[in-house]
Amino acid sequence: MTAPLIERSTALRRLRQLGKAMTTPLSPDDYLALINPLWSQRELRGRIERVVPETENAATLVIRPGWGWSFDHAPGQYIGIGVELDGRFHWRSYSLSSVPLVEGRTVSITVKAMPEGFMSDHLVNGLEPGTIVRLAAPQGDFVVPDPPPAKMLMLVGGSGITPVMSILRTLDRRGSIPDTVLAYSARTEDDMMFVHELRVLALRYESFTFYERFTDADGMLTPDQLDTAVPDWRDRETWACGPAPMLDAFSTLYETYGLLDRLHVERFTLARADSNAAGGTVTFGVGGPTVDVDGATTLLEAGEKAGVNMLFGCRMGICHTCDVPLASGTVRDLRSGVEHGEPNEYIQTCVSVAAGDCTLAL
Amino acid sequence: MAFADVREYTHLTDAEVDAIGAELDQIRAEIEESRGQADRDYILRIITLQRRLAAAGRITLFASFFPPAWLLGTALLGSAKILENMELGHNAMHGQWDWMNDPEIHSSNWEWDTTQPAEQWKHSHNYIHHQFTNVLGHDNDIGYGILRMSRDQKWHPVNLGQPIYNALLALFFEWGVALHDLDIEAIRKGEKDIPLLKKQLKQIGNKVGKQSLKDYVMYPLLTGPFFLQTLTANFTANIIRNVWTHGIIFCGHFPDGAVHFTEEELEDETRAEWYLRQMLGSANFNGNKLLHVMSGQLGYQIEHHLFPDLPSNRYAAISVKVKDICKRYDIPYTTGPLYKQYGQTLRTILKLSLPNRRTTDNPAPVSPRKERRLRDDERPTRRSELGKWSGTASA
Repeated sequence: MTAPLIERSTALRRLRQLGKAMTTPLSPDDYLALINPLWSQRELRGRIERVVPETENAATLVIRPGWGWSFDHAPGQYIGIGVELDGRFHWRSYSLSSVPLVEGRTVSITVKAMPEGFMSDHLVNGLEPGTIVRLAAPQGDFVVPDPPPAKMLMLVGGSGITPVMSILRTLDRRGSIPDTVLAYSARTEDDMMFVHELRVLALRYESFTFYERFTDADGMLTPDQLDTAVPDWRDRETWACGPAPMLDAFSTLYETYGLLDRLHVERFTLARADSNAAGGTVTFGVGGPTVDVDGATTLLEAGEKAGVNMLFGCRMGICHTCDVPLASGTVRDLRSGVEHGEPNEYIQTCVSVAAGDCTLAL
Repeated sequence: MAFADVREYTHLTDAEVDAIGAELDQIRAEIEESRGQADRDYILRIITLQRRLAAAGRITLFASFFPPAWLLGTALLGSAKILENMELGHNAMHGQWDWMNDPEIHSSNWEWDTTQPAEQWKHSHNYIHHQFTNVLGHDNDIGYGILRMSRDQKWHPVNLGQPIYNALLALFFEWGVALHDLDIEAIRKGEKDIPLLKKQLKQIGNKVGKQSLKDYVMYPLLTGPFFLQTLTANFTANIIRNVWTHGIIFCGHFPDGAVHFTEEELEDETRAEWYLRQMLGSANFNGNKLLHVMSGQLGYQIEHHLFPDLPSNRYAAISVKVKDICKRYDIPYTTGPLYKQYGQTLRTILKLSLPNRRTTDNPAPVSPRKERRLRDDERPTRRSELGKWSGTASA
C-alpha cells in the first residue's frame, strides 16, 4: 500500500511537525476538522456521498474518505465503519464492493439490513448523504492474486457477494476474467444483490459462468450437490463467503478431499481458537479495578464485566479501536494463539485473553 | 472508631444509610440509561467553542504590540485554557464521555493543555483523591503537601508562611499539579520507588518541554518583533488559568463544613458510607450557567464526588435530587456563593498557619448528633403512625 501523500513528502511532514508543536497537546487536525470534518487524520473519517438502493433491504453506501485514506485496497478486502447513533459510535465491518482507484475519491460498501440488526438497518435506511462516519483501513486476505489462477470458483451466500463483486469488477476492469464459476445463493431473485450486473457479465465473458440459486424455491446449495452444479470444482481455486453454516459445510467437504489449501474463506465473526490460556486477574489501569477471568473471556469482556468503559469497535480484531497498552503480564491472541508480553505493547482487547495475571494501562 | 462515629451521621440508622446508598445508585442508573445524543451535542459544542477561543486568542496575539489586542488575546487564551482544563480535560479524563465510544473524547486518549501528563493525573486525582477524599495521610489534595488545611494536622513553625505559600501555589498552580503525583512527602521520607520516580520525571520533562516550546518559543517567535509581548501574554494566560483553577479546586473541599477524615474512619467502609463521606467532604458553590461551565461544573463538587464519571452537564439536574435526599435525611449539604466559599477557604489557610490553641474552630454544620450512631436494635421502635419520614418532614 502506498503511504498517503502527507507521509511521503518531507516538506509536508516537516510542516506537520511544526503544526503539531503549535497545537500540542492536540494536533493541527483537531482545528482543521472544525473547517472541514474530513480534514483530520486523527481518526479516519468519511462522508456519505450517496445511498444507492440495491434490493428492497440492501443499499450501497458511496463514501468519500478524508485525509489519510489510501485508495489502493486489494479487491475482496473489507473496511470498518463507525457510525454515531444516539451519541454512541457503533462499529461494523463490510467488504468493499468498489474497484480500487477507479471511483475517483470514493469507496463503496454494500450493506444488507438484517432482521434484528439495528446497525445494518440504520446503515441502509437511516443514513443521510452528508453524514460523517469513522472508517478503519481496508484489510483482510480474502483476495485474488494478480495474475489470477487459471480456474476459479466463487461460492457465495447472500450478502457474501460484496467482496466477490469487488474481485469480479476488478477483473472486468482489467479486461479478462479467467475460467470462473460463481455459485451464488439468495432467498429470491428480488433478494439477490447485483443479479443484473452479474447476468450481463456472464453474457459478456464466455469464461464466466453464473450459477444462480434461489433457496426459497430450491433449498440451500449443499456440498453433495456441488458435483452436479460445478462438476470440476476440485480443479478450481475456491473463494467462499456467506453464512457460517454454509462455510462450515464446505470447509468440511474440502477437508475430506484434502483440498483445504485451495479454499479461501471470509467469515465475519470471531473464530475462537481453543484457548488453553490460563486466565488470571486482570487489572484495568494501575490501581484500577480488577477482575478474575478464565482463559476464554476476552479482556474487553472482562473490562465490561468490571464496569470499565472500554473502547471497542468491531469486536473481532479488525479495527484496532480497542487497542490499549499492556502495563505488565502476558496475554494471548485468541485467533493465533500468539502470546504478547512486552511492556507497553499495544494489544487488541477484543481478541486477547489473560495468560496469567496482567495489567492494562488505561 | 469507624465511620458510624462521624458525628454528622450519628443520627442515621444503618438501614437509613443503606437506603441513601440505594437512592444514589438509582440516580446513577437513571443517568447512565438516559445518556444520548443531547449529551454528545453538548460536549461537541464545548469542544468547538474551546478550540475557537484558543485559535482566536493565538491569532489576536499576532497584534500583541497593540495593548487592547494584548488584553483581548490574553483573555481569549486564558479562557480557552480554563475551559480545556476544567470542562474538557478534567472531566474527559474521569471517563465521563467514555460511553460515546469515541477515541477522540476518551479517558484513555485525552491529553490536556497543562504541564502534568494525563497518565499521572489519572492516578493522583481519579484514584488517590477520589477514592480517599479528604482522608488525612492519603489524599494529597489536602494542602497539596505544602499547606496545613486541617486542625488534625500537626502544626510546625514553617506553617507560619502559609499565606505566602498559598499565593505562590495559586500563581503557579500548574506546576504544583505537575509534581503532584510524584508524592513529595514520600520522596521526603525516602519511601519513593526510584525507577518510578525517574519514569515520572521523564514524562513530566517531556510534557513541560512541549508546553513551554509552544507558549514561550513558537508563538512568540512567529510574531517576530513582538516576541516579548506575545511571551508575556501567553505567560499571563497561564497565570490566569492557574489562579482560577486553584480557586475552584480549593473551594471544593476547604470551605467550612467540608469535613476531613482519619484512616480509622475508613475501616470496613461500605459503598453507601463512601457516598456519605463524599457528600460530607465536598462543598458546592452557587452561580449562573457560565460560571459552572468555566469551572467544569465543579460548583457541583458534591455531585461530582458522588458520580465522578457521569457527564458533567448532568450535575445540575442531579443536584436537585441530592439536595432532596440531604433534606429528607438531615444531612449537611454545603454550598454558598463562590466569594463566600473562597473567603472561608482563605480564612482557614490563615488560621491554620497558627497553632490550634491560638485559633478557634470554624462553625461546623448543624445537625442533630450523638456520640455514636445507634444501631437499629438500640433505638426505640419507630412509631408507625408518624409515617416514614415524619421526623424530617417539617425541617
